[in-house]
Amino acid sequence: MTEARTGGLVDSPPVDSSAVLEALGTVRDPELDEPLPDLGFVSSLEVDGDTVRVHLRLPTYFCAPNFAYLMVADADTAVRAVPGVRQAEVFLDDHFTSEEINHGVAQRRGFQQSFDGLADDELDELRTLFRRKALINRQQRLVKALLDGGATTGELGRLRLGDLPPSPELDTYLQRRAELGLDVGPEAPLVVDTDGNPIPPELLERHLRFASLTRVSIEGNAGFCRGMLATRYDLPAPTVAAD
Amino acid sequence: MYEKDGEKYFVVDGHMHFWDASEENTKNKYGEGFIRCFYDYHKNLSPEDYVWPLEKYRKYDEPTLMKDLFEDGYVDVAIFQPTYLTDFYHQGFNTTAQDAVLKEKYPDKFVLNTSFEPRLGEAGLAMFEEKVRKYGSKGVKLYTAEWHDASKGWKLTDPWALRHLEKCEELGVTNIHVHKGPTIWPLNRDSFDLADVDDAASTFPGLNFIVEHVGLPRLEDMCWIGTQEPNVYGGLAVAMPFIHTRPAYFGQVVGELLYWLGEDRLLFASDYALWHPKWLVEKFVDYQYPMENEYPEITTNVKKKILGLNAAKLYDLKVPEGVSAGDEGTGQDVTEKPAVPVEASVGGHSE
Repeated sequence: MTEARTGGLVDSPPVDSSAVLEALGTVRDPELDEPLPDLGFVSSLEVDGDTVRVHLRLPTYFCAPNFAYLMVADADTAVRAVPGVRQAEVFLDDHFTSEEINHGVAQRRGFQQSFDGLADDELDELRTLFRRKALINRQQRLVKALLDGGATTGELGRLRLGDLPPSPELDTYLQRRAELGLDVGPEAPLVVDTDGNPIPPELLERHLRFASLTRVSIEGNAGFCRGMLATRYDLPAPTVAAD
Repeated sequence: MYEKDGEKYFVVDGHMHFWDASEENTKNKYGEGFIRCFYDYHKNLSPEDYVWPLEKYRKYDEPTLMKDLFEDGYVDVAIFQPTYLTDFYHQGFNTTAQDAVLKEKYPDKFVLNTSFEPRLGEAGLAMFEEKVRKYGSKGVKLYTAEWHDASKGWKLTDPWALRHLEKCEELGVTNIHVHKGPTIWPLNRDSFDLADVDDAASTFPGLNFIVEHVGLPRLEDMCWIGTQEPNVYGGLAVAMPFIHTRPAYFGQVVGELLYWLGEDRLLFASDYALWHPKWLVEKFVDYQYPMENEYPEITTNVKKKILGLNAAKLYDLKVPEGVSAGDEGTGQDVTEKPAVPVEASVGGHSE
């Protein structure tokens, strides 16, 4: 690393705005399991020396404050980790708890302190709950592709992670498994429940049926959120691949 | 009554409102945000010809409502679901008292539901009983996530909620409509969580629990609970308008519900004035899945049941001659549905 010294201070490398955007791309809506920039939730991004200012927006004024808080806090953490960033200012606009959330995140107070007297505990449990839903959704995408390619349900039950060719879908699935502390080794079964247990053959069919429902639910919600965001901010109507 | 291709459809609008969000009635920024959020729903999902100006949407009058529902919208009977929101609006958004004015003028056109507030304890119980006696309600609409003083919302399984549900049994208020969603205040838990409906439905097998908006955005939890509890129903308000903007997604939602709950436990609703019943009814009667799928077929009989016959059963409404559904519908019998592995439904069952 090159270090230019001026008057004893170490200059930071210049902040690359595409690196900031990339960092924001690692932050997902916990419920929809998609990156914030893809959802249109990042309304502006400004680099000013070593300070980064990001404005976020959501589809409605009343989007659940717990998820909103998680997204703003995660965005703040991600932006701060970009090389050269000394100060991050992440704002949520046009939300009924914008003030509480923005203040709470800036002060790194946590959810409970941000809503003094109104929230009981932190959001880890909620985050885990939705990671489990997302796991099932991501698993379904992989499995659906295999079924469309001619695999039988019985074959799916015997597949191990190491049997699958590399793909972006596999990567995101493994990422969720790892986050939940589940086995990601090549010998681990592909189709598992949210605790990482393999599904007995006689329960496989219904497991897949329910996984498919979970996917309908999550993708449907994401489509609705995109539509509401477009209406709210007068954006071009989103194209919906599924329809 | 709607007629198409020689078939008659008795239409019960299971969920509609007569609200007042005029500027004079709006108390604070939350009330303002609430109606604007509703307006975005309206604009986002309505066909262009049916979009109202915001001013009309904030407060519409009686002739407009009567014409839209009963003259143009094919509705035979409409069920008022109150939404009090007295913290947002001086006179409330849409209270039973407001709705009662129309019920009195047109007794055969409306079913008048009311509400209860378990956080008022004994006083709430007395108020509830008085309202039921006064209005003759057979149903309640509940908002478990509603802001009230410093409360973070409540659950159907809270001790005072159980007391109120017991009172419902006692008074013959058999239809419990539950709204699961953002009516707001900071909640660390998921305000859409349906686990308490599951428990309450087991505890009160004599009551019907209608989950409004079919649990959206938690369709998977809705379906899971529906397979466990025979007295859980799905209200299609908010799901219906997707028939226009996203017909394939609409098919997925209804298809999943038909598979998991069956055709006898789904209720049509416009959520008026969020959406106009006319285009919803017309499009639903014409609806065919636009995509290949393995869902149960949406036959004419299924449509008749969803549009009105199912709600008529719940509310003892008289169905005119010639509209009953033959019962050869293809919806699957829910009693044969395999239990879903508990792990798959991650909606709060670990509590």
